[in-house]
Amino acid sequence: MRHIISILMENEAGALSRVVGLFSQRNFNIETLNVAPTDDPTLSRLTVTTVGDDRIIEQITKQLNKLIDVVKLVDLTEGQHIEREMLLVKVKAVGAQRAEVKRTTEIFRGQIIDVTPSIYTIQLAGDAGKLDAFINALGSNTLLEVVRTGVSGIARGEKVLSL
Amino acid sequence: MITRFLADEGVEYMYGYPGGAALHIYDAIHRQDKVHHVLVRHEQAATHMADGYARATGKPGVVLVTSGPGATNAVTGIATAYMDSIPMVVLCGQVMSHLIGEDAFQETDIIGVTRPIVKHSFSIKHPADIPMVLKKAFHIATTGRPGPVVVDIPKDMTAPTEKYEYVYPKKVKMRSYTPVGRGHSGQIKKAVDLMQKAKRPILFGGGGLVLGESTELFQQLAKKLNFPVTTSLMGIGAYPQTDKQSIGWLGMHGSFEANQAMHHSDLVVCIGARFDDRATNNTAKFCPTAKIVHVDVDPSSIGKTIRVDVPIVGTAKSVLEDMLSLLDEVEGERPDLSEWWKQIEDWHASRTGRLYEPAEENEAMKPQQVVEAVWKVTKGQAYVVTDVGQHQMFAAQYYLFDKPNRWITSGGLGTMGFGLPAAMGVKLNKPDEEVVLITGEGSFQMMMQELSTCSQYGIPVKIINLNNQSLGMVRQWQDLNYASRHAQSYVESLPDFQKLVESYGHVAMKIDKADDLDAVLEKAFALKDKLVFVDVYVDPREHVYPMQVPQGSMKDMLLSKTERT
Ligand SMILES: Cc1ncc(C[n+]2csc(CCOP(=O)(O)OP(=O)(O)O)c2C)c(N)n1
Ligand SMILES: [Mg+2]
Repeated sequence: MRHIISILMENEAGALSRVVGLFSQRNFNIETLNVAPTDDPTLSRLTVTTVGDDRIIEQITKQLNKLIDVVKLVDLTEGQHIEREMLLVKVKAVGAQRAEVKRTTEIFRGQIIDVTPSIYTIQLAGDAGKLDAFINALGSNTLLEVVRTGVSGIARGEKVLSL
Repeated sequence: MITRFLADEGVEYMYGYPGGAALHIYDAIHRQDKVHHVLVRHEQAATHMADGYARATGKPGVVLVTSGPGATNAVTGIATAYMDSIPMVVLCGQVMSHLIGEDAFQETDIIGVTRPIVKHSFSIKHPADIPMVLKKAFHIATTGRPGPVVVDIPKDMTAPTEKYEYVYPKKVKMRSYTPVGRGHSGQIKKAVDLMQKAKRPILFGGGGLVLGESTELFQQLAKKLNFPVTTSLMGIGAYPQTDKQSIGWLGMHGSFEANQAMHHSDLVVCIGARFDDRATNNTAKFCPTAKIVHVDVDPSSIGKTIRVDVPIVGTAKSVLEDMLSLLDEVEGERPDLSEWWKQIEDWHASRTGRLYEPAEENEAMKPQQVVEAVWKVTKGQAYVVTDVGQHQMFAAQYYLFDKPNRWITSGGLGTMGFGLPAAMGVKLNKPDEEVVLITGEGSFQMMMQELSTCSQYGIPVKIINLNNQSLGMVRQWQDLNYASRHAQSYVESLPDFQKLVESYGHVAMKIDKADDLDAVLEKAFALKDKLVFVDVYVDPREHVYPMQVPQGSMKDMLLSKTERT
């Protein structure tokens, strides 16, 4: 099963490499990884999506918790949560394609954020499935470049991941 | 600052080797007399010395090496300590901060190199941070599940242009690191309930009991329950092996009865072992009828390789205390274990006397009988350090330990070369104890340069070289799996060990027939203040048995070259 694990860790040199190294060292799988500082400059938040059965996910969370730099973590997929990823995509847009791409973008509630006579650059946020669907809808022959941020997530309701 | 801190931390010895990036620290060592530095001949030996010391005393070993090759030479020793959860602090010199990343002379990213084999690592970013970083390093290395910690120290951090005030940090607090304490009382109750009902129980102790200084409590628990007791290779000594409840250690080369009892048990109570593949054999066939209670300080050890019915995260000490007091309270009789004990005794009896054929008179000795003779001559009281190979397994099988911390071996990593420096680390810190290295001619040659360190510091370890003129364990596998094609396992052109050892000023002896065994050993051990190397010619054809069958269950074992279960 796919899991989204969100981690608060010390914002220190080497912390990220320890997390990433752990995944390769122990043969765990990383699908996406996303990391940035938080409102507290001493902490960064890292979100990783991974797949594995219950035993593997249990090992992943235990091994992550064991890293000294990891302060706290949560497996968001254990509860109700919101997941978002951002996509930037550059597509060919000439002739009839321009209208078609624009319409598809609107349907997915994306925004065209840069334009040239032959190119649109589009921004779209959503869960990973929505981004996949949008890329599919655009069709591979229009795609010039695809950039995805990787998933970040947050629990629904009262639950908060903080110190 | 570094030396002042080490003195305040109570460090008596550190082991190391100098070089450019560490010279400021070496100068500071020279100008004080509280912390003694032992100069080894290879950095790997420094880590093994620190490791041996830590295993024998429970205190963290301290290593100091220079940047680049100094630090990379230490890697094997760090990995060895990591795999066996040994507390160690390794201080590595580093090139000046402003040169880092420029491929400067003797620059290696040692934090990167050691990342998967340390509990944690630090880089010093400011001279004023030194005391606190070192305090954290010692704290992390020694608490929870212990392990090695590397501290990278750029040269400019040790020669600051400004002066900084030194204060020894008495306390350390880290929001992201809280070692576990007591186990969950509900889980402990569940475990005790199972113990009350089990008909074929077995207690299984690991190295965590030794590291967690809880072997006495473990023994109390065993006595109270009258359960048979086995240990992992690392747990040897956690329970007196000459006691009648001890059924030997388990696993690939473990005792017949321990492996049988594990397989047929209905309850395994494991404390401080991690169910590694050399202990469990095929996990899918592991203990098919048993409920499993697993106590460990490290939550990630639980459920990693096998399914566990009652996981308990806590220190061995606290959980054992809680189990013992709960057992005092509970009512009701436990099932009679006499049938189970009878079965175990039958297993034991079916094997006794058939383990090997001792050599007589002029024959080349069996390695097993040499270990038995060493056990006798040291009255079972020695600190026994080993290298890796057949000799290691024979030592584990035939030297019976009644006390913890005396069995010192590289279990997890299986590092040839570990033995001599580890033995030196023990002897240096326990000068009044008998320290014996049981080694093989292959392993010994990996660290034999340390004979020189032994001369310099007068470290009188006793070395029993079980010389089978081959990489015996490799040869055994080749006999079993490769139709005796002995690819590169014959050690040709062995040195004349006698001359070699004597050239360093030590004493060398040789035994090549069974008749001389006891007398020469007596003579060797009588030389209290001398390093004595005894080169013992043993039968190169001998195999280590029992040996679990690959991919089998615990009870599937080869018992000799011709028999199996
Ligand atoms: C550093 C290292 N290299 C290789 C091995 C693989 N290995 C395991 S046992 C062994 C043979 C050891 O020979 P020796 O020390 O003579 O002991 P014996 O088995 O003959 O008693 C080897 C090569 C190892 N454990 N460690
Ligand atoms: Mg050998």
